[in-house]
Amino acid sequence: MFKLAKFANSALLVGATFLVVGSVCAQNSSARFPGIGRDATPAEVAAWDIDVRPDFKGLPKGSGSVEKGQQIWEAKCSVCHGTFGESNEIFTPIIGGTTADDIKTGRVASLSDRKQPQRTTIMKVATVSSLWDYIYRAMPWNAPRSLTPDDTFALVAYLLSMAEVVPDDFVLSNTNIAEVQKRMPNRNGMTLKHGMWSAKGAPDVHATACMNNCVQFVQIGSELPDYARNAHGNIAEQNRQYGPFRGSDSTKPPLTKLPGASGEGLAHASETHAANSKGPEALFKNENCSACHAQNAKLVGPSITDIAAKYQGQSGALDKLMTKVKNGGSGVWGAIPMPAQTQLSDEDRKTLVTWVLSGGK
Amino acid sequence: MADQKRRGQIKQAPENFVSHDLIADLNQNGMDDTRRGFMRSGFMAAIGGAVGLGSSLNVLAAGEGDPAILEKQVWQTTLGKNVATMPYGTPSIYEANLIRRESPGLTRVSAASVAFTPLQGLFGIITPNGLHFERQHQGWYNIDPEKHRLMVNGLVKHNRVFTMNDLMRLPSVSRIHFIECGANTGLEWGNVAVPTVQYTHGMLSCCEFTGVPLAVLLEECGADLKKGKYLLAEGGDGSGMTRTINLEDVLNEAIVAWGMNGEMLRPENGFPLRLVVPGVQGVSWVKWLRRLEVGDMPYATKDEAVHYNDLMPDGMARQYTSIQECKSVITTPSGGQQLLDKGFYNVSGLAWSGRGKIKRVDVSFDGGNNWKTARLETPVLSKALTRFNMDWVWDGSPAILQSRAIDDTGYVQPPIKMLRDVRGTRSIYHNNAIQSWKVGANGEVSNVQVG
Repeated sequence: MFKLAKFANSALLVGATFLVVGSVCAQNSSARFPGIGRDATPAEVAAWDIDVRPDFKGLPKGSGSVEKGQQIWEAKCSVCHGTFGESNEIFTPIIGGTTADDIKTGRVASLSDRKQPQRTTIMKVATVSSLWDYIYRAMPWNAPRSLTPDDTFALVAYLLSMAEVVPDDFVLSNTNIAEVQKRMPNRNGMTLKHGMWSAKGAPDVHATACMNNCVQFVQIGSELPDYARNAHGNIAEQNRQYGPFRGSDSTKPPLTKLPGASGEGLAHASETHAANSKGPEALFKNENCSACHAQNAKLVGPSITDIAAKYQGQSGALDKLMTKVKNGGSGVWGAIPMPAQTQLSDEDRKTLVTWVLSGGK
Repeated sequence: MADQKRRGQIKQAPENFVSHDLIADLNQNGMDDTRRGFMRSGFMAAIGGAVGLGSSLNVLAAGEGDPAILEKQVWQTTLGKNVATMPYGTPSIYEANLIRRESPGLTRVSAASVAFTPLQGLFGIITPNGLHFERQHQGWYNIDPEKHRLMVNGLVKHNRVFTMNDLMRLPSVSRIHFIECGANTGLEWGNVAVPTVQYTHGMLSCCEFTGVPLAVLLEECGADLKKGKYLLAEGGDGSGMTRTINLEDVLNEAIVAWGMNGEMLRPENGFPLRLVVPGVQGVSWVKWLRRLEVGDMPYATKDEAVHYNDLMPDGMARQYTSIQECKSVITTPSGGQQLLDKGFYNVSGLAWSGRGKIKRVDVSFDGGNNWKTARLETPVLSKALTRFNMDWVWDGSPAILQSRAIDDTGYVQPPIKMLRDVRGTRSIYHNNAIQSWKVGANGEVSNVQVG
């Protein structure tokens, strides 16, 4: 309230010259919509206005060394991105695919020669500010906005050292970051010369609306591979079970003849919303456990299979894990702590832990 | 009394579609809604099966008739449910198959993934709110609207803060627009990859959005729109999602919106506030909108520096590709569906353009050799989905169905080959090519590319 009163006064002073009904609009710089909104305090703007532009407007003062960056990286980032930013396990790789020559030209050659199997972040990003901005606002993945500006300088320095943009003993700071920008491998790799940034932009293809005898040969260039026919689950269960168009039963080979007007012989799935939303698997997904744990692969946290194996036959494992899910845990499987899951009811918690201990079966 | 009635229903059912275990369980524990639903669908399946054995529904044995007419049904002979049994309502249990679905293997973590709209089963142009596609970057929250704030800062006379109470008092507009993810159909730049229209085109929805025009809000804050040509829109989620908006031609159309199809936005679509930028790819429609900064240059944030730029064959990437160009797709019949028999069908689909209104849609049944102009259904709105329909009598021989949209700028939706000739195959984003569906002699529809 104190803050409100204070800025209300200053708003009044500033706004008095053009406000018609000053007293009504004490908190309001508007004559058109009196009573709507208020001026932001400097502290509020500072708290939220964290973006950093390519010209480094918005970049706070600070610095961080490659060495410190490596320490933070190994504690908070490597679990998802790999020790060297090369991991493709959870997100696409950050580092890889750039050369010393790219740093000279500002164009990443592997973007056109197709030798690199995947496009890494460092291959694509043109502006170092983009790295700084995103890490500061959104990382680590499960604890966004927990890094300080100095942490962020250090992490960007570590990433850039792995890409050999800066040396291993480099200290990145707000004063030298513009120099680093001049060494970004793909700094010249972006163009605005296209018609899709503006609604009035010019298209890059010009098809015609031919109506008759338009193609000499109709040739199918690509068909759905057989293995992909059922890769998204049974398509019969993803379509209406009545009406003219049913889903193909993709668990079986294609039909040899038309099913007939009643659709006899087509799969009749009995899937319902009720069936979908019950059971530990649905809980596991809906309560966001799957953001960190998978059935067989290690993500941010251990796999269900690994947890089940570790606690197999241990007495009291259920209670122990129930407590851990409720209060959170730290460092048993790695450096990333498990956040407390206080939103779960005791019953759901028990269902989940029992299911995990059974290996997710 | 009640028990007798339940037992009576079970006895009336055709044999062998409920197991002995289930019958015993029902006798002991009675029926709940789930079991009742199961019983009904089992009953229907059993009836369908029984009819199928003798004759198809269209050819009835002499002197008899359709059991759906001749026999009294349970819903004709017993009391139905009370009003407000489902106070917010849900679709029929027979519609349970039409839900948003993830594409398995698309991402490793569901909190940064996509759930696709089931276009294969929708009608008209409005997407039901529960089926509006989802794209999350760092998971979604139910944000408390009392604690949500919108800040406007940057090149403005006054940095301002608005609560939801403030915003919802302002003059509002309601407009119908499509939203399409820039990566929609992106899986198919190189070759056919997924089976159904839900996964090829399902990052597409169209709703009536309600909110305050962006221009009103910017004017209210005294934005310098001579210098300030760009807007940074920022979200309130963990990713702090940011995108640069090119104010030049969206200023008069963009909405700071809270309403979607008559209700508040759904949490997974940005409740309580999102930006609506008609014609522009979905990533710019920032959800849980918490800040708008007016600036004099683009911001090169993560999703415009690392993603959502289109890699050309020469290794150069087009940055800030935002406009969704004219596109269409046939939704029924579409990939993974099955035609039951020869004869008449209504072929139906959707067309849209980020540059304006749909002027015409043509449909081909022979892979693009010959085309006929389809019926456009009203309303035909700017930067909204437009429904088209076409009569078709299928003679049972294989066919390749395509649709081709033309917008009011004269732009004609291109074949995939024409796009690839310019952009190569590694673009990921903004694939607006003509979609081809092959209908086999067995009635199965599959996803193919022509040329």
